[in-house]
Amino acid sequence: MKQKTVLHNLLLSLGAILCSLLIAAGVMLLVGYDPLEAYSALIEGAFGSKNAFANTLSKSIPLLFTGLAVAFANKGGIFNIGGEGQLYAGAMASTVTALMMQGAPRFLVIFCSFCAGMLAGACVGAIIGAAKIKLQVNEVVVAIMLNYIIQYFTSYIVTYPLKQEGAMTAQTVDIGANYMLTKLIPKTQLTTALLVAVAAAILLFFFFKKTRAGYHIRAVGENKSAAQAAGIPMMTTAILTMGISGALAGLAGTTEVFGKMGRFIDGFSPGFGFTGIAVAVLANNHPMGILLSALLFGILEAGSMKMSYSAGISTSMVNVIQGLVILFVATPNIIRLIKRKKGES
Amino acid sequence: MDSILSMEMLLSTLRMAIPLVLASVGGTLCERSGIINLGIEGMMLSGAFGAVYGTYISGNPWIGVLFAILVGGLFGILHAVLCIRFKTNQSVSGIGINVFVSGLTIVLTRAVWKSDGMSGQVEKLPAVSIPGLKELPVIGTLFTEQSPYLFITAGIVLGAWFFMYRTKAGLRLRAIGDHPQAAQTVGINVSLYRYVAVTFCGMLCGLAGGYLSIVQSNLFVKEMVAGRGFMALAAMILGGWNPLGALCASLVFAFAQALRISLKVEIPNQLMLMLPYFITLFVLLFFGRKVKGPQAAGNIEE
Repeated sequence: MKQKTVLHNLLLSLGAILCSLLIAAGVMLLVGYDPLEAYSALIEGAFGSKNAFANTLSKSIPLLFTGLAVAFANKGGIFNIGGEGQLYAGAMASTVTALMMQGAPRFLVIFCSFCAGMLAGACVGAIIGAAKIKLQVNEVVVAIMLNYIIQYFTSYIVTYPLKQEGAMTAQTVDIGANYMLTKLIPKTQLTTALLVAVAAAILLFFFFKKTRAGYHIRAVGENKSAAQAAGIPMMTTAILTMGISGALAGLAGTTEVFGKMGRFIDGFSPGFGFTGIAVAVLANNHPMGILLSALLFGILEAGSMKMSYSAGISTSMVNVIQGLVILFVATPNIIRLIKRKKGES
Repeated sequence: MDSILSMEMLLSTLRMAIPLVLASVGGTLCERSGIINLGIEGMMLSGAFGAVYGTYISGNPWIGVLFAILVGGLFGILHAVLCIRFKTNQSVSGIGINVFVSGLTIVLTRAVWKSDGMSGQVEKLPAVSIPGLKELPVIGTLFTEQSPYLFITAGIVLGAWFFMYRTKAGLRLRAIGDHPQAAQTVGINVSLYRYVAVTFCGMLCGLAGGYLSIVQSNLFVKEMVAGRGFMALAAMILGGWNPLGALCASLVFAFAQALRISLKVEIPNQLMLMLPYFITLFVLLFFGRKVKGPQAAGNIEE
């Protein structure tokens, strides 16, 4: 039975991807581009060489973290749309920690910075979780407000107090090459952050399967009133849910700093937090499924340059595809309808 | 400092408030029907593009405004169909629309004008003066050489308020947002009200986006809505899901922006931009129990 639902969900997700690619192809045709050329360029851009594939994997790292963050909260019945704010908080906290610890041993700096990044994300998440339970306010609204407050606040920090002197863009100084994560393949952006992300996914899988806290979170997500009646503490569970979810999003920001940028750059996230929603929904919140869906979105991101270069389409075409995937995946009833119609004819 | 309460200050506040007011009134109607709309940002962006494209192909900015309304309405219908017919998670649908429109407008800009993220220049919507009223002392300025949007917006706010609180249909709309099942039981066509409200919200958002592209500017720039959609959402909440409240909240937000520009003191832009969200969050967290939106918003009953 369990096996069957997994397969069913997988088919629904594949259907959603297929529909999105078809409609996106339709858009390309309408506007006068060649969709076949575009898609083959996209595939080549994502898989064409060893370095290209490494690049694809590295693009999926932040999406893996934000996807896990959204999925984790979803399991507990909370919609975490605040990933964007949490990842900026995490990136800023980890950068500042690393800048304050200059000269200290490498391992210690990375360890402390990662803890700081997770803690910052967790705090932001916990506020959202606590507000939902204590004040009964909509978590989505609180999260959106926090997203903007944090984005503007970090932007202020790197434009004024922590701005690198003489730099054209608003950014902090370099944290130092010594403190960057180790590259898995030289001359690419693929670092050990990938291993951290995959480990996190596996850890979460067992967390939900084997631990008491994981069981509580799932119980609240599946039936709130029953869970409450069974004596599961609502407040603690909500704070734990959003705390861990926020910490995961915080890691997305932290690994961008320590794996790619080496500093905090104003507005560095092209919406990782929001794409994380798509990643989680596509994977039906399953930690292992997220490995696959994050990779898919990584492929889109990585292939977009090549697609733009050879087919003349704006790289933003991948946003069109992403938007469609979000809409289709969130609407399983459409796919079911198409399937039924096909069955009839 | 003498400029704070001047006519000029009032006018620049009004100008900045217009897109926020239109979108937040749209959001108010939409959420009152029980449908959450996080796609306001994307719907505004689609309107901003539609206005420029319509003006570009017709040479007439009024056709541009029409396009903005139509395109916004189209995304309104999309959101409505997904949420009502297919019971999609409303927040996710809104986010999906935002991502989709953000990509689509850039792709289309490149396809039409062959440039990245910026359209060609088009004619602006001309300002108008109201004969008679413009001769009035002091407030005459409000009717001299102003964007027609000013009067349209004022009309929409009053109309929306009148509709919601002085008509039977408005009473029904409010009832649907709070107790959809009860409304259904007494024979109100709940889905019809929702379709109309969400579509109208899309049209207002499109109209608001058009203001950004062919009144405040004369071209489309990628991501030109720049968070105003979410700011409108904040205004809607702060305004207590009431059109007049949304107007007041939008005016407060716009005043803060106008103040920063008129005061020659160096206040970091980011801190000023943060303010609307900060105020809204503060109010939510400390008066959260009193600021209650439509009770059934977000839940579509089976």
